[in-house]
Amino acid sequence: MSEEVLLDPTNEAEPPLREPATRLGSLEGATVGLLDISKARGDVFLDHLESRLTNRQVEVLRFRKPTFSKLAPVDVRQQISERCDAVIEALAD
Amino acid sequence: MSDTLSRLGDGLVAVVKEDCPTCQLVTPVLEEVRSAGMPLTVITQDDPAFPPGLEPVDDRELEISYRLDVEAVPTLYKLSNGSIVDRRIGWNRGEWRDFTGLEELGADLPEYRPGCGSLSVEPGMPERLRLRFDDVGSTARHITVGADEDPVEACFARGWTDGLPVVPPTPERVERMLGGTRRDRNEIVTDVAPDYGECTVEKVAINAVMAGCLPECLPVVLTAVEAVCTDEFNMHGLAATTLSMGPILIVNGPIRRRIGMNSGMNVLGQGNRANATIGRALQLVVRNVGGARPGAVDRATLGSPAKYTLCFPEDEEASPWESLAAERGVAAGTSSVTVFGGESPRVVVDQQSREPESLARTFASALRTVIHPKLVLGFDAFMVIGPEHARVLSEGGWDKARLREELQKLLTLDGAELVRGAGGIAEGLPKQMADQKIPKFHPDGLWFVHAGGKAGFFSAILGGWVRGAGGTQIVTKEIRE
Repeated sequence: MSEEVLLDPTNEAEPPLREPATRLGSLEGATVGLLDISKARGDVFLDHLESRLTNRQVEVLRFRKPTFSKLAPVDVRQQISERCDAVIEALAD
Repeated sequence: MSDTLSRLGDGLVAVVKEDCPTCQLVTPVLEEVRSAGMPLTVITQDDPAFPPGLEPVDDRELEISYRLDVEAVPTLYKLSNGSIVDRRIGWNRGEWRDFTGLEELGADLPEYRPGCGSLSVEPGMPERLRLRFDDVGSTARHITVGADEDPVEACFARGWTDGLPVVPPTPERVERMLGGTRRDRNEIVTDVAPDYGECTVEKVAINAVMAGCLPECLPVVLTAVEAVCTDEFNMHGLAATTLSMGPILIVNGPIRRRIGMNSGMNVLGQGNRANATIGRALQLVVRNVGGARPGAVDRATLGSPAKYTLCFPEDEEASPWESLAAERGVAAGTSSVTVFGGESPRVVVDQQSREPESLARTFASALRTVIHPKLVLGFDAFMVIGPEHARVLSEGGWDKARLREELQKLLTLDGAELVRGAGGIAEGLPKQMADQKIPKFHPDGLWFVHAGGKAGFFSAILGGWVRGAGGTQIVTKEIRE
């Protein structure tokens, strides 16, 4: 069999290597975002988390994706990154 | 104008090959032209010593033939400043006499003999020559497969296939595929979810080669890729869902016949190359350019055979009704692709009904089970109506609109039957909906396509994935060729 050249059918993208964000040492003074992706009962889970965090005097901000089946809109992602020190995303059914 | 042709100088050029009886026949004529003192260059495609005594130029590499765009030999050209002024193909005494101005030329020869095919246009050769002698502007990465590596296995090893073997996408095959569209190979078609990889016409062509498409199918594949990569269709969600649906393609318009699609017997089954490979090409684009691989972003619990390929045309010619394309606003005579996120077909048998009212009740009973008999409004459905069922309906005076209307009536259900716990089934609607009348399908959630073999009182249901802005919406796109 002779040598053969093939054309690459993929998008040829090489994902950039990213370091994980620095972990919070403590929740004191932190703002935590809670992201509901619109899966059924995700709100039940996040309500519970919110009350647990609020009881510990942690500031909580709530966010919501219009649908779990599409990427979060850019403005939702920007708001989370600008306003929160950490985010918890609820994937639940 | 090219350097290659400039080097030939002004005057006459004859392209011949030894393996051509007409070229053998015209050898004395070429000697006559040369003897008359006319500037004549003879180009030979196969035997560098043919024709003897005429000092032929060796064109076994076929570059000159490629530049001269030779279709058949012999061809006699008139060149000036490296450009073709005129040409005569094959032997035609009168034409050659006019062309050379030699009134006695070829007096002993028959009046006319057709030529033979040029080696430069043999199957696969035009693409090879274009790649060898021109910069075709390919931007896809070229990967060299080792001399001892089977290219089919190399495609498997790189994760490019759907589990079945693919045709290795060599530059020649991709070049031939690109002949199926007028679009530039580097035109960006769309970004393909879920990786949102940039997808050029060339990338679609590469995947179409792998799927086994013929070049004439490429416009349908390109349109299908554009259609599924809209926000309405939501290929991202469909690729990632735990449900079992994939993109289903329905083709309408004149292109169906031109590319040999099957809308008759076994329409949803195997055996027709266009049907099978167009749907597969789309899936390979989603896999390779979009990055949707099972077990990674594709999270389907069960999957479906429809995720290999599910593409079929409507049988418009034998249909008693207006086509799906017409219903969706496409002008007559225009080809289109409709994409629907759905599951594999499920057959509906009714061999007894001869009245539309009875047959509609059968359809309604079967349609009620789409996704779950107690879940409503969240999922669309297509029905592929077989010709015998279509005849029962049309002879009873029903068109598609009437069928839809009657099915909506039959499928407007009592909430009490649908709520959680009803029928001893926990799945269902919230209890507060028990007093409502609720339709199974949204008013624009039920569609019909006429297709299938002439014998058999059968139709099929294609149940949809979650409908709406958060799920998927049916998209129809006109095909650009």
